[in-house]
Amino acid sequence: MTDELPRTDGVANAGGGDALPAARRPLLRIEGVAKTFGTFRAVDGVSLDIKAGEFFALLGPSGCGKTTLLRMLAGFEAPDEGRILLGDKDIAQALPHERPINMMFQNYALFPHLSVRDNIAFGLKRARMARAEIATRVAEMVALVKLEGLERRKPDQLSGGQRQRVALARALARRPQLLLLDEPLAALDKKLRQSTQGELMELQRRLGMTFIIVTHDQEEAMTMADRIGVMKSGKLAQVAPPRELYEAPHSRWIAEFVGDINLFDGETKLRDGHRLVIGTRDAGTLVVAEPREPVGAGKFSVAIRPEKIKLSRRAPVSEAGRETAINSLDGVIADICYLGGTTTYKVKLDTGGIVRASVANSARLDVDAYSVGQQIVAWFTPDDCVVLPS
Amino acid sequence: MRKVSRLSRFNIASLALGLAFLYLPILILVIYSFNGSRLVTVWGGWSLRWYHEFFNDRAMIEAAWMSFRVAASSATIATLLGTLAAVALSRGERFRGRTLFSGMLYAPLVMPEVITGLSLLLLFVALNAERGFWTVTIAHTTLTMCFVAVVVQSRLGSLDRSLEEAAMELGCDPVRAFLSVTLPLIAPAIVAGWMLAFTLSLDDLVIASFTTGPGSATLPIRIYSEVRLGVKPEINAICTLVIALIAAVIVIASLASKLSSSQGESAAPL
Repeated sequence: MTDELPRTDGVANAGGGDALPAARRPLLRIEGVAKTFGTFRAVDGVSLDIKAGEFFALLGPSGCGKTTLLRMLAGFEAPDEGRILLGDKDIAQALPHERPINMMFQNYALFPHLSVRDNIAFGLKRARMARAEIATRVAEMVALVKLEGLERRKPDQLSGGQRQRVALARALARRPQLLLLDEPLAALDKKLRQSTQGELMELQRRLGMTFIIVTHDQEEAMTMADRIGVMKSGKLAQVAPPRELYEAPHSRWIAEFVGDINLFDGETKLRDGHRLVIGTRDAGTLVVAEPREPVGAGKFSVAIRPEKIKLSRRAPVSEAGRETAINSLDGVIADICYLGGTTTYKVKLDTGGIVRASVANSARLDVDAYSVGQQIVAWFTPDDCVVLPS
Repeated sequence: MRKVSRLSRFNIASLALGLAFLYLPILILVIYSFNGSRLVTVWGGWSLRWYHEFFNDRAMIEAAWMSFRVAASSATIATLLGTLAAVALSRGERFRGRTLFSGMLYAPLVMPEVITGLSLLLLFVALNAERGFWTVTIAHTTLTMCFVAVVVQSRLGSLDRSLEEAAMELGCDPVRAFLSVTLPLIAPAIVAGWMLAFTLSLDDLVIASFTTGPGSATLPIRIYSEVRLGVKPEINAICTLVIALIAAVIVIASLASKLSSSQGESAAPL
């Protein structure tokens, strides 16, 4: 996971939405920003701090306001409310060319009448840079994105991947304090997308630049970002590092939006130390670890990721004597979905519910594979469960 | 499989008939412009006599020069105004009365020329303007501006808005972004619009005859008045020259718009 890699600029301790030490001012501070189009509130009171050198992802379904927020940072839309502080300066109402921010567009927006070289040099010429200096910088950028030999080509003589690199080089050429990327990899095929993800991360680390990426692809956000802000209906639903977002989602909606998950609705029956006993409708009684913030009595959902669920022919005997330590559910395999690296089993529980378990195919030959209709036990520990308000 | 690409007899026949209907009169006119005979309908052998006649006909040359000047200046003004209107319509935020504005801009497209001409005549009379070169030029500008606007607006519509945004975030203010990115990309459409306006102005008779004054007849007006006294073979020669000029302009205009729609595609990939 990216958040475990050593980072510069003190990003290593990138926590959730935790308060920062007063001495370490964020590079960008978004304060209560809102934008309304007609009667539609596209962005609804978003507050967010971005640290220098951070790779931040705005993730959300289409229409959640993530692109509008990005366009406000670029200066293409002016917020109706709130402030956008870059350093100490409020840039909320500044025009795009007055901001030390560059953007890479989803469709790249390369100038079709200019060559690769002139596209990259475009922003430098506007900055009144000396001719020799421009040539050096362009050569540097061309080398950075590995486009040597293509400088004289026009954008329509390039492949999709090459265009993406030109767009990146053009956006980086002015050495912006902040680079905004709007779905930068959406137009690439899967293989190219994965390798480009790696290159983008490499580049960001090497240049020590701050990136904000907008994406609807949660895998992309998870792979690349230090922190992810999940947006829903114009609001930030949760801001957290990828691992926290996946393992400790704040709400049912986030749990379902990020990755696959099994959810069982129920009510707390008993509190036993750090454990809660929850009676569910579809999966009987489950023992779960108490969440960090204690919950009262009431209705809850128990959430378990499919890969946390183990399958076996009979119930596990570990932690003997404390049967409640492990949740084991009896059922029958209803469906098998082979995905190459993993296999997803759909288990119809005797208690009525359905649970999906994802099992890694760690051996090439699996003589002992489960088959449809087979009796099975699905089990998981209390720590693998997340309790979410219903 | 071979038959698929070939035209059936029926198709060939209808194509030939259609083309003949359109171009036979013009072809006859062109051939007869090289007629040596004084009588229009009698063939008297090949000759360039009527072209000589035309180039020695001062009144006709003056009318042709007048037409050319009117066409060039009205096309230039129309291109300027039409381009600005197209930019305002496709780039401006939804300003008040935008629908009304675009409707009014395109009205001359469907307005009968007689009405346009008559109303302009009334206006010039009311303003007590001396009718001549400038009144015809203004009248033709109102006629052709909407054509320019249509051509330029369709090009602007197909242009990606994010190109201008990219220019802005790379350091251009909105005006510079327009000049350095949008303008080069719509230039072929602007050229095509100018040529369209030029040819429209060149062959207009109705509006010109309403708005012109004594001593400043355009070529169509001159030809029309000559023909009323009987067709001289010289007219054939003039018409052939006009056809050649208009054909040349149309070919250039369509080449320019083709270039504009496939920007850069002509350059072969390395």
